[in-house]
Amino acid sequence: MSDQYVLSIFRGDQNEGEEKTYQVPAIPGMVVLDAVHYVQAHDAPDLGVRWNCKAAHCGSCSAEINGMPKLMCKTRLDDYQGQVVHIQPMRTFPIVKDLVADVSWNYEVAKKIEAFAPVNAAPFRMQQWDVDRVQEFHHCIECFLCQDVCHVLREHDAQDQYFGPRFMVKMAEFEMHPVDGADRVPQLKNEGGIGMCNVTKCCTEVCPQHIHITDNAIIPLKERVADRYYDPIRKFFRRLNKNKKEESSSSTVPSKV
Amino acid sequence: MNIETMETHSFDILVLGSGGAGLRAAVEAASGGGMSVGIIGKSLLGKAHTVMAEGGAAASIGNVDGHDSWQTHFYDTMKSGHYINNFRTVEVFAKEAPARVLELEQWGAVFDRTPEGMIMQRAFGGHSFRRLAHIGDRTGMELLRTLQYRAISMNIEIFQEVTITRLLMDGSRIAGVFGYHRSDGHFVLFKTKALVLATGGWGKVFKVTSNSWESTGDGAAMAYRQGAELQDMEMVQFHPTGMVWPPGVAGLLVTEGVRGEGGILYNSEKDRFMLRYDPERQELSTRDVVARSIFREVQEGRGTPHGGAWLDISNKGADFIKKKLPGMYEQLLTLGDIDITKSPFEVAPTCHYTMGGVKAHAETCATNIPGLFAAGEVACGLHGANRLGGNSLADILVFGRRAGIAARDYAGSRTDDVAVSEKEIEAEAERILKPFSRPDGENPYAIHAELQETMSKHVGIVRDQKLLEDGLEQILKLQERAKNMGAKGGRTYNPGWHAVFDVENMLLLSELIIRGALERKESRGGHWRSDYPEELEEMGQWNFVHEISPNGDRIKKERVPVMPPALQEICSRPVAPGKEPSPNVDQRKGASS
Repeated sequence: MSDQYVLSIFRGDQNEGEEKTYQVPAIPGMVVLDAVHYVQAHDAPDLGVRWNCKAAHCGSCSAEINGMPKLMCKTRLDDYQGQVVHIQPMRTFPIVKDLVADVSWNYEVAKKIEAFAPVNAAPFRMQQWDVDRVQEFHHCIECFLCQDVCHVLREHDAQDQYFGPRFMVKMAEFEMHPVDGADRVPQLKNEGGIGMCNVTKCCTEVCPQHIHITDNAIIPLKERVADRYYDPIRKFFRRLNKNKKEESSSSTVPSKV
Repeated sequence: MNIETMETHSFDILVLGSGGAGLRAAVEAASGGGMSVGIIGKSLLGKAHTVMAEGGAAASIGNVDGHDSWQTHFYDTMKSGHYINNFRTVEVFAKEAPARVLELEQWGAVFDRTPEGMIMQRAFGGHSFRRLAHIGDRTGMELLRTLQYRAISMNIEIFQEVTITRLLMDGSRIAGVFGYHRSDGHFVLFKTKALVLATGGWGKVFKVTSNSWESTGDGAAMAYRQGAELQDMEMVQFHPTGMVWPPGVAGLLVTEGVRGEGGILYNSEKDRFMLRYDPERQELSTRDVVARSIFREVQEGRGTPHGGAWLDISNKGADFIKKKLPGMYEQLLTLGDIDITKSPFEVAPTCHYTMGGVKAHAETCATNIPGLFAAGEVACGLHGANRLGGNSLADILVFGRRAGIAARDYAGSRTDDVAVSEKEIEAEAERILKPFSRPDGENPYAIHAELQETMSKHVGIVRDQKLLEDGLEQILKLQERAKNMGAKGGRTYNPGWHAVFDVENMLLLSELIIRGALERKESRGGHWRSDYPEELEEMGQWNFVHEISPNGDRIKKERVPVMPPALQEICSRPVAPGKEPSPNVDQRKGASS
């Protein structure tokens, strides 16, 4: 094991900045966040970085390490033996300073999602196999690495057209809850923009919680949208209903699938 | 600086701290409608230390063990707290915890299930029955996330990444708080009729700790400076099982759930030592006992290579472990290079929780400052000398809600305007910027590191008069040096500047911990003095209450509230309620261990 690591950390803000090099003595089992803390304590006290738990529970210390979106607290430095470790903030979001990205957009999106709406009062009777499916989505730590890597948001800046993988997972969590009674399918299709996702699975690859975002959340939700809006037989009935609705002006909101 | 142009917000109810207790308080305060509610967090929303809670929330729902009851939960909590808890706080808590857990299910939390399809409950140290409602090993995150999404669906104004440095008073009443936005350093003033303090604990004063960066005790320190009473400060919990190796992750928590699900502790001689220290409860003894036992084994030369004990759950099989303890499996694998489904791993005690804090009323969470309420880890009264695992998640739900209700009532009764002192605010603004005038002043990171060294060495798991006196001297010296702390760079997201205020708060609370520890000349719960190794009946009648005075800290001895006969009767039983031996063996239910 080498006795020190070389870190190249982005210093700057949205307008300007560059990587600066720091040397950090190696300690067995050290993670990238430890090294960043060392730099803070010894060389650059004003180095901006977010962190809370240092245990991969809170999802605060997201960054791009040698180009890969990762949690700094979960990335071992001995995986980068003999390399310079480049640390950049998440690039999909505006940079506040150094490694701190402005992730406020995510919190705006979160507010738009219709809350969990149970059809009866707790205690619920649900079997473990009823909830296994949604419990996977509850693993999300809101690190926003999936949002960072999603090319719809990253390359096409389509923040106004797509909620992003994190919020597809959140909507799946509510939508697939056995006791939920709300209908989020119209929102998924329209405002949520689920159609923007073309299933490249980059989000699944970077998820530190190993949530099968694409396979278990996005694709089943896409199916619900397709069933509702693009199934030819349903389309026919919907047209029929629409005509009836115009006659009777009664509500014809399709029932939840 | 012009106070007229300063960013100012006014609320009926303001909550300081956006962890579980704060969010639960805000949700309750807003649920009646008609009052403006704000909540301030030092981090991003949903990142608070609550996410670190793993094992579960203790509530006597009785889904697994039907004989469980609030009386048993009361019995267990008083016993574990070594009877210096406020009995009324514990009673309210034990009675209300089940409803609070069910409420979370109503709001979208998805707990693990029993075969009957009800909320699953697991065994935990010191609980007579299987009592902890859980979601694998990430119950705190589930609780926080559920409350977070509940809160954003309500009419609550949320402020993220705001540091508060001072509570503002209107005479003897609370009037607001003052601080700055961490993102760009600009000042912000909040006026409020009622303030709920939910700022958590101060586990960051120790070097080996499971606490996240935020646990610097800001709320307790700020309240103390304005005259709030702080109680039982000497009571600090060391969790028996923190990671030991590699050093990069030392102190990181290994959930008690590992033992709850059947993990066994061994020393270097493959001896299951808990059989000697607590033959009845073994690995599922209370945290103070298990932590001390590991410490003793290591001291007597039976420690693991890196100074801990072996914890082994591999006999449970890979499928079971990955299902019930997925976070632990992953944490040990990625950070410790150990597959816990195959081999034992090293653990040692790590600072985990501060039982002491702002003295709060059992029913309303009111403090001695009118308009100031305290809930969660910052408050004191529930846990006594040692907290039971799982009781903190239930604590924040029960008393977060109660603080929200009481704050609403108080705000509603206050019809006059809230007045804040311009002069006070100007002086505080000047104080906040002072570190920038000392770019070559003391480094707050260095002071913090020395503080942690001192606390770990002098006020750790074992204490004595000499250690404590020397520790106090060192902390007082650090306090002097800290007056000269400086900050480099500008006001935009500058952690070196933010650290100055964290360190000030930690230095103050460290002093109070040591002063309390010097006062308590006995061993009780988390407080172990090698020069007074016995638990003394006389000492058990007192809580030590700290109060600021012109001459520094003043400690008042206050009588532990005396239980009414009906509750005394519960506590004096030889076995926990519901655990009485039954003539029919088939009907006996109890904790699995």
